Amino acid sequence: MATVSIPSLLRKYTGGRERAEVRGRNVGELVAELDRQFPGFAAHLIEAGELKPSIAVSVDGEIGTAGLLEPVGETSEVHFLPAIGGGANPDRNSSRF
Amino acid sequence: MAESTGNGFKVIGTRPIRPDGLDKVTGRAKFGADYAFPGMLHGKLLRSPHAHAKIKSINYQKALKLPGVKAIVTAKDLPETANREEAAGELAVNPHYLSRNILAREKVLYDGHAIAAVAATSPHIAEEAVRLIEVEYEVLPPAMTVEDAMKPGAPILLPELRNADEGDKQTNIARHIQFKLGDLEAGFKAADFIVEHEYKTAMVHQGYIEPHNAVGIWNPDGQATIYCSTQGPFEVRQFSSQVLGVPVGKIKVVPAEIGGGFGGKTVIYLEPLSVLLSQKTGHPVKLVMNRAEVLRASGPTSGSTIRVKMGATRDGKITAAQIWMAYEAGAFPGSPVGAGAMTIIAPYNVENRMIDAYDVVVNRPKIASYRAPGSSNAAFASESVIDELAEKCGMDPLEFRIKNGSREGTPQPVGPPFRRIGFIETCEAIKNSDHYKSKLVGPNRGRGVASGFWFNAGMSSSAMVNIHADGTASVVTGSVDIGGSRASMAMIAAEVLGMPMTDVRAIIADTDSIGHTNLSAGSRTTFATGTAVYDAAHDAIRQLKERAAKVWEKKPEEVDFRDGKLVAKGNGVAPMSIKELAPRFARTGGPISGRAAVTPRGVGPAFATTCVDVEVDPETGKVQILRCTVAQDAGRAIHPSYVEGQMQGGTAQGVGWALNEEYFYDANGILRNTGLLDYRMPTCLDLPMIETIIVEVPNPGHPLGIRGVGEVSIVPGPAVVANAIYRAIGVRMRETPMSPPRLLKAILNKRAAEEARPAAAH
Repeated sequence: MATVSIPSLLRKYTGGRERAEVRGRNVGELVAELDRQFPGFAAHLIEAGELKPSIAVSVDGEIGTAGLLEPVGETSEVHFLPAIGGGANPDRNSSRF
Repeated sequence: MAESTGNGFKVIGTRPIRPDGLDKVTGRAKFGADYAFPGMLHGKLLRSPHAHAKIKSINYQKALKLPGVKAIVTAKDLPETANREEAAGELAVNPHYLSRNILAREKVLYDGHAIAAVAATSPHIAEEAVRLIEVEYEVLPPAMTVEDAMKPGAPILLPELRNADEGDKQTNIARHIQFKLGDLEAGFKAADFIVEHEYKTAMVHQGYIEPHNAVGIWNPDGQATIYCSTQGPFEVRQFSSQVLGVPVGKIKVVPAEIGGGFGGKTVIYLEPLSVLLSQKTGHPVKLVMNRAEVLRASGPTSGSTIRVKMGATRDGKITAAQIWMAYEAGAFPGSPVGAGAMTIIAPYNVENRMIDAYDVVVNRPKIASYRAPGSSNAAFASESVIDELAEKCGMDPLEFRIKNGSREGTPQPVGPPFRRIGFIETCEAIKNSDHYKSKLVGPNRGRGVASGFWFNAGMSSSAMVNIHADGTASVVTGSVDIGGSRASMAMIAAEVLGMPMTDVRAIIADTDSIGHTNLSAGSRTTFATGTAVYDAAHDAIRQLKERAAKVWEKKPEEVDFRDGKLVAKGNGVAPMSIKELAPRFARTGGPISGRAAVTPRGVGPAFATTCVDVEVDPETGKVQILRCTVAQDAGRAIHPSYVEGQMQGGTAQGVGWALNEEYFYDANGILRNTGLLDYRMPTCLDLPMIETIIVEVPNPGHPLGIRGVGEVSIVPGPAVVANAIYRAIGVRMRETPMSPPRLLKAILNKRAAEEARPAAAH
């Protein structure tokens, strides 16, 4: 299973867990599984069916280029990070990462 | 054909003359403001005289009646745009705010915010018309700093920004980011020394020589063409499409030569307005900013407030770091505070850390990228604290950095571990330099060191490599040449094709003539467009092998390509050069055109370490830079002279941040230094020759080892000067710029404190 590092400010939605072991073939499946375990979690990362433009994903130390379709291996380490440029959405939930 | 340069390459690592040099020194090169078309009109903008005000009404009837005025547009002429972030290369952009920055809608949010645009038969008539436009304002109090904007009861800039954690209250905080790792409390408990201070950096501008410009031509068939100075023609096309509500495929952007950008020409201001005015008038329309407009209303970089608390053991091991940072976004969300948070302690292995970062809107122009955006602010704070900790531990500041330095496998602040990086090598390079080994003597003189980190970027690039009938080649890319990329692209193609660089011509295409290519920024061009060129050259070689196979009546796999020649495997056929094969292209299948479109992985981060000697005049507070050496990991230097130029340019800008540059606003939020006499950038008289040491730790993620070299050298700038000032006169400066008045005040305060001490003892 892939290991997902939960962003600090989203840990309140995962009961304080810093990491989660999740099964999935790509980032989208990992997020969907996390959302099943922690309802509402996906809304902080996904907008209109895509990874939010303000968020980047790193799989095994490499910044992904395929968003939710970024492939994930059996033992991958996955981190969500702010995209370099940043910018914000007035959406009320996006004031935290 | 050149002999090997000693690095296994024949072209890469050499220093050929730049292909665009002659055009630029003779004035033949065409910059954006040089474009002129029959019937062209000239545009000017009305800008806000207030930092914060509601727009109650705009009346331009009087202006419209002025002879020669052809059209006036306001925000009402632009469509309402989607209020959501969209990916846009290096940046995430919200078209809702992008449109409101180009022309204010409900409110003006900074001094200089554009309100209306006029097109007239001459620039002077357009200026006169601007003066005749009547705007009724309801003036509001401004929030000019992050402290002002974050305090309870602060004037709210954008009513839609809400803080979900505080009962859905209105806020100027657009975003909060946090990174947490390890056990902070245990880390500080293990420390023998703890240093904690607050640092401030001033808002500063990139200071590119060429102001923003655009010529827009709207055709009655619904197609638009924009000629402009930009680092990202494809981004100009995308952003203009969003702001105008015109499909991307209907807009062509032709990038002109660029007179500097440093990140500031990655966004749009005039481009959609030139098209809109052209659409209204049926004429081409040119808009060019003056220097005051550039400073007031283009995108400088964030001023910031950063608090760093860091602990270390007596033997010099950093045990914990806690950081709070708030960056000015300007009038709309989107400061580089995320990048600041991810870079601030990236050079070091700090197991216990917590970083809180805030993106804060203030009544200043919306910031744009500026060379390693966010990282120089951050390093001013962290590298100053590192210097203090090294002193407390009694260690050489470079040894302290090497002891704690990030290496392959060290977790980055955001978690994922670094791959092969060259930070330690940059420290070692400075440690072993003639400069660092030399003695610095004389009163009020001091030597400082500081380091910096930048991610570098990848994104997408396209390239074509065409082989001509005489066996020479052209390389076509969509990357604007802002730092010598024509030369480096030609050199990469020449290396792969086994040609001399002079046989390869590099061309920059418009957005209709080459595949999508992201902006020339993020130190990505040599890495990513270089990858596209490398792949396209190999695609051309594949085709060349097929042609040679036809000539020799062999299978393509029976042909090799070695040292610029096609070689048949296994028998006595003489090798054939590309020049010999080229005349036979037409009868063996037609033109040879190699192509590639890539979104490469394997971006290699960059580190730099700088050493500076200063002399401080204790009577005036003026700082003279006596000597400066910068070491930077380039991965692989394609054209070492251009790498050195980037290192020197970044360092010079860092010195500008350190010593002089700042946006100076009055109490009403009006910018008071709107020219380059008052906005004081360093000149050649302020700087010695900046010595450079190129470190090459090849990036394993690139076939040629390229990392990207355009940005990281600026990062140590403010901190290295602060550290040198301390060594010179014992004063720790914690606010930029460390200008004569500010430094003199600090010197006098120190003197007063020293004089008060013996008196108190009595």
